[in-house]
This record gives sequence, structure tokens and C-alpha cells, in this order.
Amino acid sequence: MRRLGLRSVAIVYLLAVLLGPLAMVFYRAFENGLQPLWQSLTDPNTIHAFELTLEITAIAVPINTVFGVVCALTIVRQRFPGAGIVNAIVDLPLALSPVVVGLMLFLLYGRTGWFGTWFSDHGMQILFATPAMVIATIFVSLPFVAREVVPTLREIGDEQEQAAHTLGASGWQTFWRVTLPSIRWAVIYGVVLTTARCLGEYGAVAVVSGHIEGKTETATLRVQDYYENFNSTGAYGIAIVLAALSVLVLIAMTLLKPKETA
Amino acid sequence: MTTFLSIVVLLPIAALIWTSGKHGWAEFWSTVTAPEAVAALKLTLGAAVVVSAVNAVLGTITAWVLVRDDFPGKSLMNAVIDLPFALPTIVGGLTLLALYGPKSPVGVNIAFTRTAIVLALLFETLPFVVRTVQPVLHELDRETEEAARSLGAREARVFRSIVLPNILPGILSGVALAFARAVGEIGSIVLISGNLPFKTEVAAVFVFNHIQSGDENGAAAVAVVMLGIAFLLLLAIGGLRFLATRHERNA
Amino acid sequence: MSIEVRSVSKRFGSFQALDDVSIDVGSGSLTALLGPSGSGKSTLLRIIAGLEEPDSGEIRLAGEDATVLAPQKRGVGFVFQHYAAFKHMTVRDNVAFGLKIRKRPKDEIGGRVDELLALVQLQGFGHRYPAQLSGGQRQRMALARALAPEPKVLLLDEPFGALDARVRAELRAWLRKLHDETHTTTVFVTHDQEEAMEVADSVVVMNGGRVEQVAGPRELYDAPVNDFVMTFVGEAIRFDGALVRPHDLELSLEPGEWTREAQVERIVHFGFQVRCELVDEDGVELFAQLTRDQAEELELEPGQIVFVRARESVRRPGVGVGGELPNVGG
Repeated sequence: MRRLGLRSVAIVYLLAVLLGPLAMVFYRAFENGLQPLWQSLTDPNTIHAFELTLEITAIAVPINTVFGVVCALTIVRQRFPGAGIVNAIVDLPLALSPVVVGLMLFLLYGRTGWFGTWFSDHGMQILFATPAMVIATIFVSLPFVAREVVPTLREIGDEQEQAAHTLGASGWQTFWRVTLPSIRWAVIYGVVLTTARCLGEYGAVAVVSGHIEGKTETATLRVQDYYENFNSTGAYGIAIVLAALSVLVLIAMTLLKPKETA
Repeated sequence: MTTFLSIVVLLPIAALIWTSGKHGWAEFWSTVTAPEAVAALKLTLGAAVVVSAVNAVLGTITAWVLVRDDFPGKSLMNAVIDLPFALPTIVGGLTLLALYGPKSPVGVNIAFTRTAIVLALLFETLPFVVRTVQPVLHELDRETEEAARSLGAREARVFRSIVLPNILPGILSGVALAFARAVGEIGSIVLISGNLPFKTEVAAVFVFNHIQSGDENGAAAVAVVMLGIAFLLLLAIGGLRFLATRHERNA
Repeated sequence: MSIEVRSVSKRFGSFQALDDVSIDVGSGSLTALLGPSGSGKSTLLRIIAGLEEPDSGEIRLAGEDATVLAPQKRGVGFVFQHYAAFKHMTVRDNVAFGLKIRKRPKDEIGGRVDELLALVQLQGFGHRYPAQLSGGQRQRMALARALAPEPKVLLLDEPFGALDARVRAELRAWLRKLHDETHTTTVFVTHDQEEAMEVADSVVVMNGGRVEQVAGPRELYDAPVNDFVMTFVGEAIRFDGALVRPHDLELSLEPGEWTREAQVERIVHFGFQVRCELVDEDGVELFAQLTRDQAEELELEPGQIVFVRARESVRRPGVGVGGELPNVGG
């Protein structure tokens, strides 16, 4: 009896907070028919928004993957004082508001910021352009690969690597042939999480982008744009595209997830 | 790697801290205690506390059901928990608007209310406690519960004396993560709350609005407070991790 | 408290763990459930404790039906193979747990915990945590914990299985002594026949979810009811189509009635005993157990040809050994 009660509580909770709302989004997107939906989705600015989102993701994910693996290797394999601090710094983006991240970048790269006009003097625009959005996205999606790889590396231990060294393998060979294959799934899972975070980023890019339609709007910013301009079909339309992508991500996550919570 | 970290993370943090302090402590304090800032911080912290408490209970129950119970659809339920992680926050806010906003099919319209904020935060923080408690529950030595029963303890007592002490660190780290997320959340709130200063303006929206209006100092002041909270929570999580293994390490 | 098990059956999925098992455990006895892995002995113990429910059959404790009674209400003490220590509580709190549940006054609890810690020789360890104890100490704590609320039955599931040989031997002897002093009905599960024989008054031999034989150690050894029990309890050799104990094989230098020719392969000395490994004329390997004196008398050496037969007392007249096992008195 108690078991049934608990089960129902959990199910109702999930339905009310998660699944019910999600189902409604699909309904709202198609509510006014296919035409308006198609129109909003194929609007040039919307297409640009999708392209920009993918472009930023395509830059941020590889960078954070390399960083994540190197960082994990350093934290786990090198004994250096301050490994704990590095760990904390890498975890910071998980705990910090993306708007604060945006503000920090604003204070660094804005005209009245630390770098002042140095960048614009040299013909590079950071703020209110793609570079700032990329930096912001890198910051907020920093931790994921590292956090997945660190425990795996710890668990595997370095005996295999020691064996490789005794067999004559160089550092790079050992990494490529022994270490990397053994952390492969952790890296992939981390990449999936990183990608999801990049696709979904809103707060930080909202601050640094300037919301310039057709130039610095990502898909998520475009959703807000449409909604605030009363084009709810457009907003829900982009939302379902993003939601569909998220479901793909979710499936990947479920399949690749490390087994301890199975 | 350290250079990368410094450029990407440390430099921006330094810029923020410097900016908030550049006019001196007195100036900082008066900015941070301005009525609108205080209202935003109070609202944010209050909502975060409520959401963390709800997550502590419902998240634990969900984790319990996922680990100890078995029913058709359980693996689907397990997969769905991660949805808020995978879904863009703005879409999260939109989904809640769809069901609980104007034109709600169930007749519930909470747009522009504080309830909306709490609901949005519940959505976004749903996975945290569940995912931190699940592995701990899974690892529990079931025989200790059987031992307690054989010694005469009834189910509530078994939970209280045997299970809870062992899953508490897991619950608390999930709560800390949820709290941190709740304090910083913007995407899911910005559409549904209406962002009315003194009423439904959370700290993150405050910061955003003040950047837009050119008030960098006001934004920086509140942002630094949020940064401080984030650091404290990270310390707490690290501390909990330490505490959790203390019983094993005593050997 | 006496325990009656009546026609208990239990299956897990497609695996039949217990198949119509019935036994009686007398009040105050010390009984072993002995058998190989998968024989159902742990399942039976857990059903007696109320940690599992049988699919069919009955359990009666002190004459009362307890089949569906919750473990909390049975008054049994249970000791697990891997200790099941409450690792977030000190040793004292572990031992006191059952008493705190029963809401005994604090000084009574304190006194009883002291008494028990002294009994299991863990005085001075009260404020440590289980992680700080060795395996043997943890198990002693688990015993003290189970005994604290004065259970009417003590059940132990392979209690010494996770410990090393020396600690195992010490705790076995300790358990026997404890039982002699307290006369609490005790049932323990083991796959180690030596342990069962050494500690228990009565042994229940189980195999494949069924009871093969219930008897005292001596009877089990001397009068096993079937081949399984004979091979499981003590050593047995196949000779002339039947099972024979190694010390029931006679060796002589001359052929005689019922003897078979064999060659000595190896002689192993175990102090007072000698094991003589042989190969008979069909290539079958055997071994016989002799005293040192007997071996010396025969001047046994590897390569030597000897003649083997079963002792007269185990032979049936006119048949040799083949056929049913005889009934040896005693």
C-alpha cells in the first residue's frame, strides 16, 4: 500500500511538472495550423538563429572536450597542490548564474571594460558579436567533460598506463592507445551534456549579444523575441525544434549513462 | 590548461569583483542594500529555499521509487528525469506557460506570479536531488535494514535510523546543487514571471535589467553577491563529499 | 523456543530454492544447516527469521504459527555473513540498537552493552566505528548486537565465512561455549562440514532445496543415508561399485579374498596418519588412510604393489562391498 502511494506521488509530480507542460508545447505549436508554423520557422532571421546556435556549439564543444580531458588528466594524474582549487573553479559554471557570466564578460570586453577599446582598435569586435557569445558559451559549458572523465580516470587507475610505459610507449602513444580508449564513453557522455548545454544557453548570451535580429540572435534568444512580439506560434515552433533536439540528447544520455544509477 | 582556465574563468571573475569594489566598500554596500536589489535577492533566496525543500522530499521519494520499486514504464520515468538537463531553459519556461499560463487548458493561470517562479525552478531543479540520491540508495547494504528489522525496528524507524543517515549526504549535495541552480536561473523565469520589480523580479533578471539600462555598478553589486553564494555552495558540496566518506575513512 | 518447519517451499523466478522442507529444531538445541551453495539453507534460515516469506508451508515458533509474522515480532536474533554493521553508529550504539527500540531505560542499556562487550571481548572498543574494526571484531559486535535484546532464537547465516581460518576457529569454539552457557536455541548455516560437525548437536544436510538427512554428527558420518551425504560429510572412495571411507580400506602385501591389486603412487604423512595414494589395475585412482604404524609395518614405498580390500565390517557376506551400505552400529 505504502509502495503504491509513493509511486503515485512520484508519477503525479513528474506529470504535473514535466510531462504535462511538454505535451502542451507541441499542442500550442500546431494550434494555429501548419502554415503559420512553417512561416515562422523558415523566416530568414530564424534560420540564421539556428545556424548561429549550431555554429557556436560546433566551436565550443570541441574546445571544452579537449580542455575537459586535459584538465581531468591533470587533476587525477598529477599530484599538485591546488588540485582541489582547480576542481572548484571548473565546477563554478554549474553553480553560477549565466547572467553573472554575461556581466563578467561585459565588464571585460565592453568599451568601458578592462580591455577597453583594444579589440575594436585592432578591428575585432567581441561584444555584441559572435566572439563574445562563443566565449560565454565556453564558460557555461566548461565543466561537463571534465566532471565525467575525472571519476572514470580515478576508478581505472594508472596501472595500464604504467604497463604501456614499461613496454616502451611514449607519453603521447600511451595517451592515444591506452588512456583515451579507456575513458572513451565518459568523454562521449560528457560531450553529449556539453552539447545540450550549448544548444540551450540563454542567460549569458542574452547579456553579451545585444539581441540583434539576424546577427546575434541564437535560437533560444529568438524564442524570446517571437514570444515578446506576440508570435506565440513562432515561439512554440522553435521550442519544439529545440525540444526534439533535447529528446535526442536525452536518448543519447540514457543509452550512454554510466551504469551506477541503472 | 591553466592559462586556458585563467583566461576563460579567472579573468572574468576578477573583472567582476574589481568592478563591484572599485568605488569602495560604502558605495558597494549602499548599492546592494538599495530597495530593488534587496527585494530581488529576498525573492530569489526565498524561492530557492522553498524549491530546495520540496526537492529534498519529492526528489528523495522519486529516487526511492526508481531504486526500490519496479513497474512497467519505470525506465521511461528514469530517462525523463533528465529532461530539464537536456532542454533549453527558455523552452522550459515556455512549456510551463503552455500549461499553466494564459489560455491554460486546465484553467490554471499563474503567469506573472511568484508561484510561477517557484514552478519554473521546480522544473529546472527536478533532476538534482533524484540523481544524487539514486546511486547512494543503490549502494546501501540492504542487510543492515534487515538487521534492524530483526532487532525489532519498524519500517519508519528503519528508514529514520538506518537509511536516512546514509543517504543524507546525497540529499544535501543534491539540495546544494538545486539551490545554486535556483539562485542563478533566468531562462525559464524570464517569460513566465513578467519580471515586475519588487514583485516578480529575481536577482538574475535584476542584473540583466541593470546592464541594459547602463547601471553597471548596480548589476555588479548584486552579481557579486550571487557569485559569493555560488562559491559557498561549492564549498558546501565539497564538504559534504568529504563528510560522506568519513565513516569509511576512519579505518 | 522450538522451531517447526512444515512443508515449506520457495522459488525465486524459475529457481526452486526450497522444495517441501520440514524439520524440527528442539528448544535449546544447536543446529547446523549444512549443504553446498544453492542447497536452500540460507533461504530456509531467512524464512525462519521472517526476512523472506515461503510460497507454501508453515513456520511455527514455540508452537504458534509465525509464517507471516514480521521479523520485528519474532524475537529472533540474526547474524549476517557480511556483518551488516550500522556503519554510521559506534560499536556501543550498534549493540544498543535493539534495546533502544524497546525503549529500555538508559542505564539499563548501558549496563547491558557493557556486559555484552565484555562477553565478546570488545571492551574498550565501544566508541569506535565498525570501519575501524577487523572482520572478526565486526562479527563479534554483530553477535553482541543480536544477543542484546535477549532473543529466543539465534540465527546465523554463514557467520564465519568471511573471516580467515584462525579467527574462524576461535569464533566457532566461542559460539559453542556461548551456547553451552545460555542454552538459546541456535541455528546456523554453513557449507563447511567440519564446522557443522565440530559445533552442532544436530545437523540438517540439505541439497537442491531438500533435506537429505537430519542427525547428530557421529551418526551422519557413520550412517549416511545416501551417497550425497556420504560424500559431503567426510571423505569417501568409490570401491567395487560402492562408497567406502578411506580408513575402511585395508592394505596387505599378499592377495586374499576380495582383494584387488594396486600400485602405490605416493605416500603422504599427516602426523599420526598416513594417506596412501594408489592406482588399481583398471587405472582408477584411490587412496587409503592408515595409521603411521600400519604404514611402517607394510614398509610402504612408491611403486610397490599391494592388495586392497574393504574391511570386513563393511563387507556384506558373499558380495564384497557392492550393493547397499551396511548399517554400522554406534
